[in-house]
Amino acid sequence: MKSLSEIETVSKRACRAAGYSWGVAEEVAKNIRLLEIFNLPGIKNLNSFFKKKKELRLENISLIYKDNEANKNGYCPIIAGLNCLDQIRTIDNLNEITFKKIAYPLLFLPFISRASEVIGKRIFLKMDDREFLLNFNNNIYSNHTKNEIIESAENIYLKVLENQDSFEEKEWNELYKLSEETFVEENESLKQGGAGAGLTDND
Amino acid sequence: MNISLRDPNIVMKLSRLGSFHQSKLSFLRSFLKEFKDWEYKRDLFELNEHGYGTAVYSFKKKNRVYSLICFANELNEDERSDRVIATKWDTAFTLFDGVPTKHDIERLQNEVPKQEFGRLSFKELTLSRANKSVRVFNHVVESLSKGVQPDRELLDKVGYLYRTTAVYGSGKFGLADRFRIKDRKEIYGPFRLEMMLVYLVRQFTFDQVNHVAKNKNPKKAVKLDPEICRNLGIGNSTGLGMAPFIVNHPTLLNNWISARETSLKKIREIKNISNEEVGLFLDCLKKSIKNITSWNTESEYQITKIKSLLTDLNKFIMHLDKEFNFKQDFAFNEMYLHLEKNYCEECIEYVVSMMMEPFDDIVTPLIQEMSSEEEKYFNIPTERTVADLKAILENKYSEILNIDFSKKENNLNFWFISKNKEEPRIANRFDEMGAELEQPLAIARDIKKLYDLLSVSKNSWTIAKFLSTNNELRHVVRRAFIVEKFPYSEIQDNTIGREIMPIDMLRLKLSFFGALKFDPRSDKWLRICMFQGAPLPEQLKNYDDYWVYN
Repeated sequence: MKSLSEIETVSKRACRAAGYSWGVAEEVAKNIRLLEIFNLPGIKNLNSFFKKKKELRLENISLIYKDNEANKNGYCPIIAGLNCLDQIRTIDNLNEITFKKIAYPLLFLPFISRASEVIGKRIFLKMDDREFLLNFNNNIYSNHTKNEIIESAENIYLKVLENQDSFEEKEWNELYKLSEETFVEENESLKQGGAGAGLTDND
Repeated sequence: MNISLRDPNIVMKLSRLGSFHQSKLSFLRSFLKEFKDWEYKRDLFELNEHGYGTAVYSFKKKNRVYSLICFANELNEDERSDRVIATKWDTAFTLFDGVPTKHDIERLQNEVPKQEFGRLSFKELTLSRANKSVRVFNHVVESLSKGVQPDRELLDKVGYLYRTTAVYGSGKFGLADRFRIKDRKEIYGPFRLEMMLVYLVRQFTFDQVNHVAKNKNPKKAVKLDPEICRNLGIGNSTGLGMAPFIVNHPTLLNNWISARETSLKKIREIKNISNEEVGLFLDCLKKSIKNITSWNTESEYQITKIKSLLTDLNKFIMHLDKEFNFKQDFAFNEMYLHLEKNYCEECIEYVVSMMMEPFDDIVTPLIQEMSSEEEKYFNIPTERTVADLKAILENKYSEILNIDFSKKENNLNFWFISKNKEEPRIANRFDEMGAELEQPLAIARDIKKLYDLLSVSKNSWTIAKFLSTNNELRHVVRRAFIVEKFPYSEIQDNTIGREIMPIDMLRLKLSFFGALKFDPRSDKWLRICMFQGAPLPEQLKNYDDYWVYN
């Protein structure tokens, strides 16, 4: 089995050899490591992408808007992902954005996972019929678990999810009430002797 | 009294970093201190009469066990080479996480001797190989088998029976990734497991030489005197492979230097130094001179450095003995100021190392802070502005921004990875091919390029906007934001100029390893000796932290 360190080093060098700058290669290397940690086929997709990159004639996006439509060949997943990561605060303000066609979208995914950690918000990402919930870069919840190469996605939808409770206030209150059963009722003696401070807190 | 930390513009110059020496912070010393009360055992020793076979050594505490597995193989004379291009070695080693089963040993027997061409697993932590100093090894075998101890002069001069040529860890060739073990308290200091491997290898070399001598002449053979063993270490040949490490791990570099600088600051802030502390400092300083006089080198550059170090140290010791008043307030601060004013960099840094010796309470807690969670600082804060980044460059790289990289001498060299060995190398970009495959180690030049680009960008732009069209300099944008938080994370020098001395980068790293005997063979590689003078595993219970000077 390859170690994550080997995966990162080889991905970085391969990315540089494929024509990206060293700084970009460092980002991609971290991403492939991340995909492999999450048991998603990072190496497989990166290798396939680099083999076909030249013939794909992909478009490089720089500034991200609400709706982004690439030429017929689609966006480069690395440059699109990198700019989403860098511009995640703008995207957060837009709340949701779309892309028309990204090549090798699995390589786009880890940038968004990292962006989720940067802004401290979950991000929902849909690539055609594949859905991903990116949880602060701690884990990825998805309906897609196949170990396969995905050459492109036509419709990409990204939504920043506001931080909110996943439960009703009533459910919280019920649980809180139960938790109170670990507390001790204070009688007068406990009130006087149990606290660290005096009885008056303004002396 | 509040003493400032030393200025990174002084400390992080290569000539200064290349003048660092071992200290209480050094990894091999902190390793021994950590493992002194672990249970040491030789678990397996199955060597034939010639010393070939398998051995296992372990350190154990509660449920944690680390086992060194050694494979000694026969090697023809013409196959023995210390060069990285070698494919066979006298011995090969791996440090195993836990107790290896018979099946593990069989698996590793096929892989470990192949080194870079073998495959290890997450159960193995470090990997290494070593070659005999044939002349010394054979002499020791001959002597012991005749019932006499070997020639101490020869052993003192060489310093080891075996020398390693590489020690690998952190996920190389399938070894365990650091994340699997990083939360273990006993390995909080950097390179702990690499140090453990080398230390146990040292013991194997003694056991093997005794075993071969005994088999040669069972009736007359004697064991190598433990005192002689103590004075032997493990040799190591080190080339450029180590140099880029300190550029590629900026926060780690910062934490090493920061521990040293914080120690110095705190020591200079002590008002009254006790007689005992003064005595310990002077004792270590005077005894340490013998380590320097044992350095041999053919490099003119190093000969000059060593010579001026010795001259300065003798002058400094005389000054301390005859003129210096340790009773004055803040005596170590006064002493440091005197040093800075009157002595060479090599001498200043030598004495700084010695100043730490009496102050365990200051130094020991800092050792825990010498590792780094590098991932935490990887993301670029793209919400910051061009104005912020420009200010960081002006503040943290002020001297570098003055270098004119259009001059050939400032842009003379390039760093690359050799295809043959996947090892870093340096070459003249105007004479050699391959500069288009340059590694991102020309930090000073790229910082200057970044500054020029920022200067024609709008100050109000966010870094996100700047990067959207300038990703070719992304690697140095990241570094600049790191150096903002970690002042000692960047070498404040040009690593591609005509004057570059790569050996300064090696010496910096090796000083933190705790190497005692530098033997620079050129400006690009050197031999060192590790653990020379260190207690043997069975002596660790009576561990003396000052073994370096005994």
